[in-house]
Amino acid sequence: MNNFDYLRAGTIKEAVRGIATQPANQFIAGGTNLIDLWKYDLTHPARLIDLNGLDELKTITELPDGGLRLGALVSNNATAYHPIVEERYPLLSRTILAGATAQIRNSATNGGNLLQRTRCYYFYDVASPCNKRVPGSGCPAIEGQNRLHAILGESAQCIATHPSDMAVALAALEAVVQVTGPEGQRSIPIADFHRLPGNTPERDNTLAADELITSIDLPATGYAAHHSYLKLRDRNSYAFALVSVATGLELEDGKITRARIAVGGVAHKPWRKPAAEDALIDKEPSPEAFGAAADILLAGATGYGHNDFKIELARRAIIRNGAMALDPSCQRPGAQPSL
Amino acid sequence: MPNRPDPPTRAVTLTVNGTARTVHVAPWVSLLDTLRDHLDLTGSKKGCDHGQCGACTVICNGQRILSCLTLAVMQDGAEITTIEGIGAEGKLHPLQEAFIAYDAFQCGYCTPGQICSSIAMIEAGHGNTREEVKDLMSGNLCRCGANTNIIDAIMAVKDGAHE
Repeated sequence: MNNFDYLRAGTIKEAVRGIATQPANQFIAGGTNLIDLWKYDLTHPARLIDLNGLDELKTITELPDGGLRLGALVSNNATAYHPIVEERYPLLSRTILAGATAQIRNSATNGGNLLQRTRCYYFYDVASPCNKRVPGSGCPAIEGQNRLHAILGESAQCIATHPSDMAVALAALEAVVQVTGPEGQRSIPIADFHRLPGNTPERDNTLAADELITSIDLPATGYAAHHSYLKLRDRNSYAFALVSVATGLELEDGKITRARIAVGGVAHKPWRKPAAEDALIDKEPSPEAFGAAADILLAGATGYGHNDFKIELARRAIIRNGAMALDPSCQRPGAQPSL
Repeated sequence: MPNRPDPPTRAVTLTVNGTARTVHVAPWVSLLDTLRDHLDLTGSKKGCDHGQCGACTVICNGQRILSCLTLAVMQDGAEITTIEGIGAEGKLHPLQEAFIAYDAFQCGYCTPGQICSSIAMIEAGHGNTREEVKDLMSGNLCRCGANTNIIDAIMAVKDGAHE
């Protein structure tokens, strides 16, 4: 662990200026991942720029287009239990509550949730090579212990998965990440926010080093009537997903008119394919229809030994979650399987 | 990683169990270490120091948080309640009474975190069923395996058996 300096930013401008002065400076919000990474000697900030004084990022506000703006500094729990989120975006609420623990969700922020690092064992072990931690050093997971690892979108350099539950629901909801940098503001669709590892697995996302997430904006469509988050893991609470599925459906006269399916625990980012969703249009929500969508969504999936089971597990989870989405009231705490 | 010269300590004022206390700490000192080493409040326990066990749970501005995963400098001005602040002299908090009545601990190391966590859960109005309480208390591990009795004690307080 290294020592570091500290600055509490009073304005967004001051925060962005503070991050730009030294490449080793880092923002801190909730700190639940950053402080852990620092204690494991995985990150070495020169100065932490504390964002907790930026009150303008701590609100949830309705947008003129019918959407909802989630401030980057609102805690995960405050978001999940917000009355508008519970009513109009229950998929997001349930997904957030399936992650971490109450204590962590009280500190962890919406912006920070997107920026948490992988829980790959080799990334966390400083004695191991890891292309994400030390580019060019190698990836022991490919031929090692890879039960948690990716089956889709991986590269010869990295088979890590993104650990966030929240990001999986945000992918299904087609959220937009608003960011501010020295050049001003820009919007990043959630599908373009996280990235695949390719030859640069050290980069988890497309945010520039000097950019700050200010909010996550949800579109008007929330799938409140038909949605489900199914999280499959080694114990019923406080574990990362082996496979998770966020499903949102709109139905008319018993047929699907709109579908969104995002899968977590299988790739370096939440996994979505519009072609799989299009295949459900005008179909009855049957196991066969969701099975056909799963085949498109999971096409090309590759196992690395310990994670081979994820391919069939993901397929079955997509089918099961399609049925669960028809009756959201069947869902239980922690997004445990039910029906 | 070359070590840089230590930056100056910061004055941090915390209202702990109703009393304002000012400490001078380096930026990297956790809230947990501040409570234990600077304020002599050793009720909050250091189990894993990585946010996995919940033994360090305190109530910060009304919310249960892990004091090992936040820095004291980030909490300047905060109101903190630790296990030392929940009962009164000669009068235990209802959850403390319930933990005794339901035999909800063996070694006791996780107990301060369990009690602070459950108080904040109840005050937030969460955990309406036993199943939900189990899920919402999963951030507090008990290696002695008293979990069933811990949930019994919490449910008894929620049901009004211990006022």
